[in-house]
Amino acid sequence: MIKVHSYESLGTHDGPGIRLVVFLQGCNFSCLYCANPDTITCDGGVPTPAEKIFQKAINEKPFFGKKGGITFSGGEPTMQAKELIPLFKKLKEERIHICVDTNGGILNDDVKILFSLADIILLDVKEFNPDRHFLLTQRDNNQTLLTAQWLESNSIPIWLRYVLVAGYSDFEEDILALCEHFKAYNMLQRIEILPYHTLGIHKYESLGMPYLLSSVQQNTTEQLKHAQLLFSRYFKTVHVL
Amino acid sequence: MELTKIFKAGLWSKEINVTDFVKSNLTPYTGDASFLVRATAKTKRLWDLCLQAIAEEHARNGVRSLDNKTISTITSHKAGYINREDELIVGLQTDELLKRAIKPFGGINVVVKACSENGVEIDEKVKDFFTHYRKTHNDGVFDAYTDEIRSFRSLGFITGLPDNYARGRIIGDYRRLALYGIDRLITAKQEDLKKLTGPMTDARIRLREEVAEQIKALRDIKIMGEYYELDLSRPAYTAQEAVQWVYMAYLAAVKEQDGAAMSLGNVSSFLDIYIENDLAEGKIDETFAQELIDQFVMKLRLVRHLRMQSYNDIFAGDPTWVTEALGGCFNDGRTKVTKTTFRFLQTLYNLGPAPEPNLTVLWSTELPEGFKKFCAKVSVDTSSIQYENDELMREVRSSDDYGIACCVSYQDLGRQIQFFGARANLAKALLLAINGGRCENTGKLMVKDIPILTDETLTYETVMANYKKVLLEIAHIYNEAMNIIHYMHDKYYYEKAQMAFIDTDPQINLAYGVAGLSIAVDSLSAIKYAKVKAVRNALGLTERFEINGEFPCFGNDDNRVDKLAVDLIYFFNEELKKLPVYKNASPTLSVLTITSNVMYGQKTGATPDGRDKGVSFAPGANPMHGRDKSGAIASLLSVAKIRYRDSQDGISNTFSIVPKSLGVTSEDRIENLVTMLDGYFTKGAHHLNVNVLNREMLEDAIESPEKYPQLTVRVSGYAVNFVNLSRVHQLEVIARSFHTTM
Repeated sequence: MIKVHSYESLGTHDGPGIRLVVFLQGCNFSCLYCANPDTITCDGGVPTPAEKIFQKAINEKPFFGKKGGITFSGGEPTMQAKELIPLFKKLKEERIHICVDTNGGILNDDVKILFSLADIILLDVKEFNPDRHFLLTQRDNNQTLLTAQWLESNSIPIWLRYVLVAGYSDFEEDILALCEHFKAYNMLQRIEILPYHTLGIHKYESLGMPYLLSSVQQNTTEQLKHAQLLFSRYFKTVHVL
Repeated sequence: MELTKIFKAGLWSKEINVTDFVKSNLTPYTGDASFLVRATAKTKRLWDLCLQAIAEEHARNGVRSLDNKTISTITSHKAGYINREDELIVGLQTDELLKRAIKPFGGINVVVKACSENGVEIDEKVKDFFTHYRKTHNDGVFDAYTDEIRSFRSLGFITGLPDNYARGRIIGDYRRLALYGIDRLITAKQEDLKKLTGPMTDARIRLREEVAEQIKALRDIKIMGEYYELDLSRPAYTAQEAVQWVYMAYLAAVKEQDGAAMSLGNVSSFLDIYIENDLAEGKIDETFAQELIDQFVMKLRLVRHLRMQSYNDIFAGDPTWVTEALGGCFNDGRTKVTKTTFRFLQTLYNLGPAPEPNLTVLWSTELPEGFKKFCAKVSVDTSSIQYENDELMREVRSSDDYGIACCVSYQDLGRQIQFFGARANLAKALLLAINGGRCENTGKLMVKDIPILTDETLTYETVMANYKKVLLEIAHIYNEAMNIIHYMHDKYYYEKAQMAFIDTDPQINLAYGVAGLSIAVDSLSAIKYAKVKAVRNALGLTERFEINGEFPCFGNDDNRVDKLAVDLIYFFNEELKKLPVYKNASPTLSVLTITSNVMYGQKTGATPDGRDKGVSFAPGANPMHGRDKSGAIASLLSVAKIRYRDSQDGISNTFSIVPKSLGVTSEDRIENLVTMLDGYFTKGAHHLNVNVLNREMLEDAIESPEKYPQLTVRVSGYAVNFVNLSRVHQLEVIARSFHTTM
């Protein structure tokens, strides 16, 4: 059984084309700005047979066109890698394009198999500076960077995603250091800057969790432009979502 | 001059057969939109005058001026111009821009009221003549209506019927005038008339009289042409003449008739043949070709009819449904997309967005990619066009040369017509089933022998058994009303100008319809999957419902409820098909509300799905606002399940999405919309209105309408100028589901 939090049938911001996005339950990070805090705990979610997700994808397949497909997001999909492998294999048999949206914090044998079956890994790098990464996620970023390296050496396409949070992840020196670190990656196809938003705040209230970023403002257009310019010094394809 | 010297000969040169002409001479275009050009200075000058007149119309409460004396006929008004020297395509309905005319054959009281609502009294002589000497359609219908029909109509079970306005929906094959000229068309009709010999049954006599009327109309059209110094007796030889001739044929129709929907058909591919020929011969260039289409479309945007204010309840925003079907494929696999198909869409840039003509793309996954992308771009930029499933309609209905009547209805051009019949209220009908056959608002007994429900909690089987009985009775009364209406319309307000461009004995579809599908189905789902208790007043009538537990709603790709919708449509359509029909028409059904979803909602009490009394329904086949919670695709998948075979008059779905949710970049949005349309229609869906808008912009347009004179929104099979909607309709559009993703 796969623990599913929810679905979005018209995903247009999580990989190329139109995608069925499956949000899975459970995450190894606790990002301060998480927009879906209800997906963090591993308790909960709807235990779902792989076959049901597979049928959903088949049903929606005419909408995928040439570029679209299915995206596993979360939560952190790699936490359920073992359960997902057979589903990924079936989806590949049907030539359905697969993206995995991951923080890269787990890389075991199952995850490696899972990544090898996927077409694009949407790799969320929260911060390049390890201390600031820790402040945001309660984890360091060492494993995420190792995972990126593993993807690169195994020729698996990467879209790097970066959530821009004023005062937490918008430091010029960190962004430039990140760019320096990744500039030689051949598999890094695209950078996506995700504006920080507060749409998830009401969930914190209903979960009785404190929201620690309540004083942080949403990005201004200028801030987003500036970040885009920084990334664009190093990479050809940089989008603000 | 012989047209066969210009064009490839075929069956069309021996008989009246435009389809054959188009198939033999069409040049499909598989490229992109890069060849298109902007409006010329002439076009811009004309359109500026029109915009000024439209602003005046808006300022004068929707009617710029009104001729209260002259009964509008094909020849009633002399030539009218906007600014003659700039006009490549001439012709107005009256002698002045946006001046509305009276057409009392549909009903004198309607016209009297429409005049007085606009501060003008109708000419006494006209009133006297149509009151004492000449009977109208409206009088005929009410003479024949039964008491039952009257009460089902007035209480809101069957409403919006074309009994006090003209039925419309007949599409003349206006291309015939250009290809053959009046003289040849008269000869053909005279030959038909000769062959209509005895025995002189009712049907035969009627048909002979109709053909004689058509011949008179053709003669009148020639005279109308003379007013504009055009010799319509002969075919059109050039592109400019072809556009002009087609427009003259259409103009005759909208001078004589004020049917709710006066659709155009499928003229772009036909006109392209003439344009391609002139381009090839070096007579014209692309600028002139676009100028012709811009000016033709401009004229189509100026069509007006005089309406009563109450008409706005069922058809909001002063629509005329000048529906033009664009694109699609032939049955042999060739695309019908031409450069002129693009040119029609380009008018939305050259003249700005507008609801009319009602541009309808016949979508097929086989359409050229360049065309698909241009359509999607136009949708993203203007929210002015709609889409229908070409492959599905050709498969089920067979002809590959068809137009769309009104909003969504297939009509084989020149060989088929349609009798329009509004709709029955499925949600209110369900309340009859729960109230022992009595109207929930008035207590009036509508359907006899419906058992009174005594259980505290409604049981699905009992309600469903009652519901089926109710629907049988409604089908029966609805059928009677339709037969009376169309009998009388033929008798008192026959569409001789349109029928002159249609085969003499065409196949006829009788277009029934339903409203409130998602409300009825969600109510049945609530009764079936949750516990629903009816709260009744002292008279035992339901006032509201208490729902305990969860139930699936239509619009979430959940078969438990979606199947209820499929089955309900199947059941009602099958019952309608069993009943005898005037002129042996074939019954069809639509799931389409136009904008009457608001009015139907007002007339319907609280429903078991939790909807309060008076709340608007969702339009057409749409899931109820806000209940399609599983994302846009799931919503589309639910609607796609309703079988076109059971609902051949069309299944309308109006889809609104926030631009950003369609994709990150503008290229992504275009590509994703193309993919979405491919997916939706591959799933067997029939129709989709596409709005790409932000709700905030609509809210701003309510506050500051002057900022949005041309803001166009698709509502239900047609588009409206948003600022022309009443406040209640504006709010309903805003309340609809806007699909967003985060």
